[in-house]
Amino acid sequence: MPALCRDCLTQFDQGRRCPACGRPRIVWHPELFDLSIAHMDCDAFYASVEKRDNPELADKPVIIGGGKRGVVSTACYVARIRGVRSAMPMFKALHLCPDAVVIKPRGAVYAEVSRQIRAMMEEMTPAVEPLSLDEAFMDLSGTARLHGAPPAVMLARLTKRMKDELGLTGSIGLSHNKFLAKIASDLDKPNGFAVIGQAETQDFLRPKPVRMIWGVGEASQQQLDRAGIRTFEDLLRWDHQDLIARFGGMGDRLWHLARGQDKRRVTRNAPMKSISNETTFHEDTADADLLDGHLWRMAEKVADRAKAKGMAGRVVTLKLKSHDFKTLTRRQSLHDATQIADRIYRTARGLFDQLPPGKAYRLIGTGISDLVPETQADRGGDLLDPQAEARARAERATDAIRARFGPDAILKGRALR
Amino acid sequence: MKFSMERATLLRAVAQAQSVVERRNTIPILANVLIEAEGDTVTFRATDLDIEVLDKAPAQVEKAGGTTVSAVTLHEIVRKLPDGALVTLSEDGAAGRLTVAAGRSNFNLATLPREDFPVMASSEYSSNFSAKAAVLRRLFDKSKFAISTEETRYYLNGVYMHVADADGGKVLRCVATDGHRLARIDAELPSGAEDMPGVIVPRKTVGEMRKLLDDDDMDIAVSVSETKVRFATPDITLTSKVIDGTFPDYTRVIPQGNTRKMEVDASEFAKAVDRVATVSSERSRAVKLSLDEDRLILSVNAPDSGAAEEELAVAYGDERLEIGFNAKYLLEIASQVDRENAVFMFNSSGDPTLMREGNDTTAVYVVMPMRV
Repeated sequence: MPALCRDCLTQFDQGRRCPACGRPRIVWHPELFDLSIAHMDCDAFYASVEKRDNPELADKPVIIGGGKRGVVSTACYVARIRGVRSAMPMFKALHLCPDAVVIKPRGAVYAEVSRQIRAMMEEMTPAVEPLSLDEAFMDLSGTARLHGAPPAVMLARLTKRMKDELGLTGSIGLSHNKFLAKIASDLDKPNGFAVIGQAETQDFLRPKPVRMIWGVGEASQQQLDRAGIRTFEDLLRWDHQDLIARFGGMGDRLWHLARGQDKRRVTRNAPMKSISNETTFHEDTADADLLDGHLWRMAEKVADRAKAKGMAGRVVTLKLKSHDFKTLTRRQSLHDATQIADRIYRTARGLFDQLPPGKAYRLIGTGISDLVPETQADRGGDLLDPQAEARARAERATDAIRARFGPDAILKGRALR
Repeated sequence: MKFSMERATLLRAVAQAQSVVERRNTIPILANVLIEAEGDTVTFRATDLDIEVLDKAPAQVEKAGGTTVSAVTLHEIVRKLPDGALVTLSEDGAAGRLTVAAGRSNFNLATLPREDFPVMASSEYSSNFSAKAAVLRRLFDKSKFAISTEETRYYLNGVYMHVADADGGKVLRCVATDGHRLARIDAELPSGAEDMPGVIVPRKTVGEMRKLLDDDDMDIAVSVSETKVRFATPDITLTSKVIDGTFPDYTRVIPQGNTRKMEVDASEFAKAVDRVATVSSERSRAVKLSLDEDRLILSVNAPDSGAAEEELAVAYGDERLEIGFNAKYLLEIASQVDRENAVFMFNSSGDPTLMREGNDTTAVYVVMPMRV
């Protein structure tokens, strides 16, 4: 049976230890060198980055997340042993694990590490589809000749590079489609390498619960429960047409997935459609000054990201969530696309001012969409607001100062509210 | 209620009503037209709660009365009837139906009671005057293109009609702007309009009113109060709320010190702008104007789609100047010029530019340049 040493990347034929280096980290599978669709998932990504950057944390339970109303965004494996899970409310996590070190997420750092990992993957194949900062699909079909090695070897090399160069571990799922690759990457976590071949697909799936399917959440689960569908085996008993009749488009997908069929291709992500930012408050607030301060800071963050990407938006959106979780969005098209925080803020503020005053909100957000390159933005002034141009120039100057002396070198008073 | 009416007359009245009615309504009766027959006239009334249109038409009334029926459906029916047909509308009060009969066609429409129809409260108008249709048409047609669609600046969503001081005394003036271009159109002040309060006439009202202004010599009775404006012909009365807001001080916006003058044939200019803009795939297409001694070069440079250039003979005697504009804005203001050459007054490439027709200062346009 084809086998591979994950440490020295030697290919050989079966055995408990590598014949070359003698180490035991072996993957073997009859189809190991024939499969080419992979899913890579970093292990406790945010927490691992923090531990890497601060070795003192190595054996402590680390939780990434924040705020009174915050939830756990990532828990390291030490914290997971104590029962802490992602998306768990922070107070509950701290109850389970009172000695945990809680760290506020450092988004920019994670994004940078994510870019480094993405670059490694893109050296292997152009077909990389990131799902988030810490996971991505790869289609390595037809790359064996180019690399002089089958996909499995390249994937083992990827995790080895991540470990050696970035000090991070990831788990690989290798199969014949995206659905199964994603399931596989979860089988052997952390630092794992799992394979689901064509031949065993049906047997593998049959006893598994259908909620394993990515996209089957609480609501779909209840619908399926009512139809008596809990496992893939239950699904297999259904006729194709009956599933479609009962569940529509989802029924069709379920029928195919039950047979391990998934025709979705690994595609590079569609170009960015919008840039936005939002904040959830510790407590609902109707304080106009406070909301205004948040709106400004978010407009600035959106503008910073737009400037970094060389993009600008023609539409400004304001998003609010009221205490009863109702989401409200308002949008305004602009004549001239913008990446200037001042314009984004003023437009969002104009939208806010049209809403009935005095209401309390639990979330506020703003963003730009209908994106165009920055060369097509902020080209004209406003007849009725002659100061707008001057404010835009001041903002560019502020950007230059911050680039040189750091982000806190200069702030607007409004940002302190 | 029962009356008969010639198809063309009925169609005109119903068409006016159905265009005021909003297509999506949460209040069912607002989709209806109120039809009332009395003496030898029938009135058709429709409203969206901001605008009310009332149209009177002569008819052979057999039985007085009134009801309401879907404006859009009635309009569709009448539109599809043969020209010259005599149409009879009769109401069956008990069944709550309106029958529309013409020749061998027979329609039965659901009605809603006339008592439920909202009639706009009548109000006192502080100013009443009469103006020729041609005068009002010029005031609004030449300014409406600059009305803003930005809801955050709702006070720009209409034409500001007011009395202003011009060189030759007081004038009736219409101004519209969206912050990127501005139109300021003057007309002789009609007698009786001296004390008119300035009002912002909403975009939709401007569109509806336009339909009253096709006959040049028709006298239009205009009534204005702080909150409402009314335009009336002998047959049609259009009443509208005005936008509750303050129109910004536009006088600051109109450049006074622009000295660099370019004179150009407006239609040649517009055609050339349109041609060169073709190569740009951007949605706000920028056109660069390069001016030198009696020569204008229009150019567009769109890195990913192409470039274009066209030269035009103009009258220009000032220093060299390069300035960029949104092609659409240039086209719109150039198309307002219909008799003489377009005169552009520039300052610098970052300052607003003024445009007028020949030496006529009763129609002035301002456009903001864009960086190219």
